[in-house]
Amino acid sequence: MTGRENHMVYMEGMEAIASDMMEKVTALVETYDYQQYTVEDVKRALQKERLSIDDYRAILSPAATECLEEMATKATAETRKHFGNSIQMFTPLYIANYCENHCVYCGFNCHNRINRAKLSLEEIEEELKTIAATGLQEILLLTGESRHQSGVEYIGEAVKCAAKYFSTVGIEIYPLNSDEYTYLHECGTDFVCVYQETYNPDKYEQVHLRGPKRIYPYRFHAQERALLGGMRGVAFGALLGLGDFRKDAFAVGLHAYFIQQKYPHAEISFSTPRLRPYINNAKNNANDVHERQLLQVMLAYRLFMPFAGITISTRERAGFRDHVIGMTATKISSGVSVGVGGHKEEEKGDEQFEIADPRSVEQVHQMILGRGLQPVYTDYVRV
Amino acid sequence: MRMVYSVDDQLVIRGHEFKSRLILGSGKFSLEMTRAVIQHGEVEMVTLALRRANVGGQENILEYIPQGITLLPNTSGARNAEEAVRIARLAREIGCGDFIKLEVIHDSKYLLPDNYETVKATEILAKEGFIVMPYMYPDLNAARALVNAGAASVMPLGAPIGSNKGLCTKEFIRILVEEIELPIIVDAGIGRPSQACEAMEMGVDAVMCNTAIATSGNVAQMANAFKQAVEAGRTAYLAGLGRILTGQAEASSPLTGFLEE
Repeated sequence: MTGRENHMVYMEGMEAIASDMMEKVTALVETYDYQQYTVEDVKRALQKERLSIDDYRAILSPAATECLEEMATKATAETRKHFGNSIQMFTPLYIANYCENHCVYCGFNCHNRINRAKLSLEEIEEELKTIAATGLQEILLLTGESRHQSGVEYIGEAVKCAAKYFSTVGIEIYPLNSDEYTYLHECGTDFVCVYQETYNPDKYEQVHLRGPKRIYPYRFHAQERALLGGMRGVAFGALLGLGDFRKDAFAVGLHAYFIQQKYPHAEISFSTPRLRPYINNAKNNANDVHERQLLQVMLAYRLFMPFAGITISTRERAGFRDHVIGMTATKISSGVSVGVGGHKEEEKGDEQFEIADPRSVEQVHQMILGRGLQPVYTDYVRV
Repeated sequence: MRMVYSVDDQLVIRGHEFKSRLILGSGKFSLEMTRAVIQHGEVEMVTLALRRANVGGQENILEYIPQGITLLPNTSGARNAEEAVRIARLAREIGCGDFIKLEVIHDSKYLLPDNYETVKATEILAKEGFIVMPYMYPDLNAARALVNAGAASVMPLGAPIGSNKGLCTKEFIRILVEEIELPIIVDAGIGRPSQACEAMEMGVDAVMCNTAIATSGNVAQMANAFKQAVEAGRTAYLAGLGRILTGQAEASSPLTGFLEE
C-alpha cells in the first residue's frame, strides 16, 4: 500500500544529523515502570532541591496524584524563584491549514473535508496589524503541515512581515532541515515548537498513517536541527492521552533535558496539549488525561526543569488557566482564533480544535493583574 | 570617637555618586510595586532588562521608574560578547544613558555568567564610553582582566540567580574586595537582609537584590529591611569589626615571653 513507509526510515530530502538523543530517550522510556513508585518515593523526591531523573519518574507516577497539593506548593515556589511575577503574553496566528499527513486524531488531517485556506501575504499583514493593535508583542505563526501548499519561502515571508510588528516571532510548522531553519531564523524567527505527539514509536506508527509526519526520527530531531540552524529556543510537547501519557510526559522532559545539556544556551519550553477524555465514557480509563492528570504533568515539568517556560493554551478552560499561571505556567495566550485568519476578517479556513477560553487580550491582562502577577508583553530583544 | 558614616560615605561609580548602596533588580516585580519599593528601599539605581522595555507599548517598565533614578539597563539575553554589545548600544539609543550592567550568559539552566565573553564585551563597551558594570563569576583573574578592560565596577555573584542562597562564594568575593580597587557589588543570590548585611560587613561596596524582595510577602517592607541591612553592614565595616574569637584557648603565659629585651 502506498504511503505506508517504514516510519523509522527517512524519506528523500530529510536531513539526518549525528545524534544519540533518540536512543537515549527511548531507552529510558522503555524501562519506565511508573507502577513501582510509592507515595513515599514521591515525598522523598519533593524534599530535594534538585530532582533527578528517577525523582522525575516518581512524580509522574500514579502514586504522585495523591501528592498534587505538595507538588503544587513546591512548583509555585520554583516558578516564583525563576520567573518572579512575570507571565508572558502571546497569541497564535494560523496562516494556512493545508496538510498532507493522515493523523487519525487530528481535525486538519488530509482526509477530513474541512475548509482549507491559506492567507495571502496581504491578508497576513492585515491580521498581524490587528493583533499588534491589542498590544501583544509576541506572535506564534502556525501552518498545517504541507510543504507544497505552505512552503518554507511562504512561511519566511510571513515571518519577515511578523518581525515588523512583533518583538518575538515563533513558528509552529512542519519539521525542517537545519538549513531551512537557518533561513527562517534569518527572516526573523528565533523560537520553534514541534510536538512529537507520542514518544512510543509503535503507537506513533499506528496514528500517523501517511505523509512526511509518519517518519518518527525526523520529527524527533527537529529541535536539534532548529538549534543547529541558529534558533534560540525550542518547545517540546506530547499530545497527552494519545499514547501512555505518563511515559510520554516522561519522554518530553527527558528530551528537553538532554537537549539543554547538549545545547546549554537553548531556551527550553513545554506545551501540554491533551486529548480530552470522552465525557460519557463510563469506564475510567487509566490513560485518560483529566485536569488532575494534566496538572500533574505540568507540575512535574516545572519541578524537573524549574527554569523552563510552560505555555497554557486556550484549549483549557479559563478557570484552569487562571490557576496554573504562576504555579507552573509562565506563558498564556489570549485573543485567540484557531481558524485560519479570523482576527481582522472572518475566518477563511476551519479550526483544528475548539478553544475553551475565548477571552480577549485585555481580559486576560486584567485577570493576570488580579492574581497579583505581571503581564509581560516583551521579553526578548533580537540582536 | 570619630564616627565614619552617612554623609560623606558615598558609593562612587566612575564619578557618579550614590548615597544608597542597595541596587534594585526589576525583572521579577509586579511593575506597579516598583515605585513603592524604590521609595521604601531609598534606592537610587534600578536595573532593567532591555528585552522587557516595551517602548510605546503595554506595561513598559521604563514608565514605572521615577525620574531621578539612575537606570542600569542590562544585557540579559545576550549569549556572547557580540550580542551584549548590540544590546548595550540599543539601550543607549532608547535613552537609557551610559550605564550598562553587562550580562553574558550561555546557559539557560543555571544562568551563570560567561567571564571570558564578559571581558571581551567590557573592552568594546568601555571604549565606546559606557560605564560598564559586569556581572561575573568571582574569579580573581577574570576580575583583573575586567579592570584592564575598562570596567567601572565588578559584580560578582553570591549564588546562582534567584536561588536566595546568600554568599556561597564568600571567600572568593573577599579576595576581590582585597585585591580589586573598583567598587565590588554583589549581584545575585542574596536571599535575606542578613545576607546583604554580611556582604556589606566584609567590605563590598553595594549589593543588588531582586528576587528576595520581589517574592516577599510585603515588597515595600522587605525593601526597607534590605535598606537597613545594607546600611548596618556598611556602618559595621566602616567601624571595623570587633575581635573575633577563634574558639581556641589563649595561652596563659605569652608565647613570645622568652624574648630578651
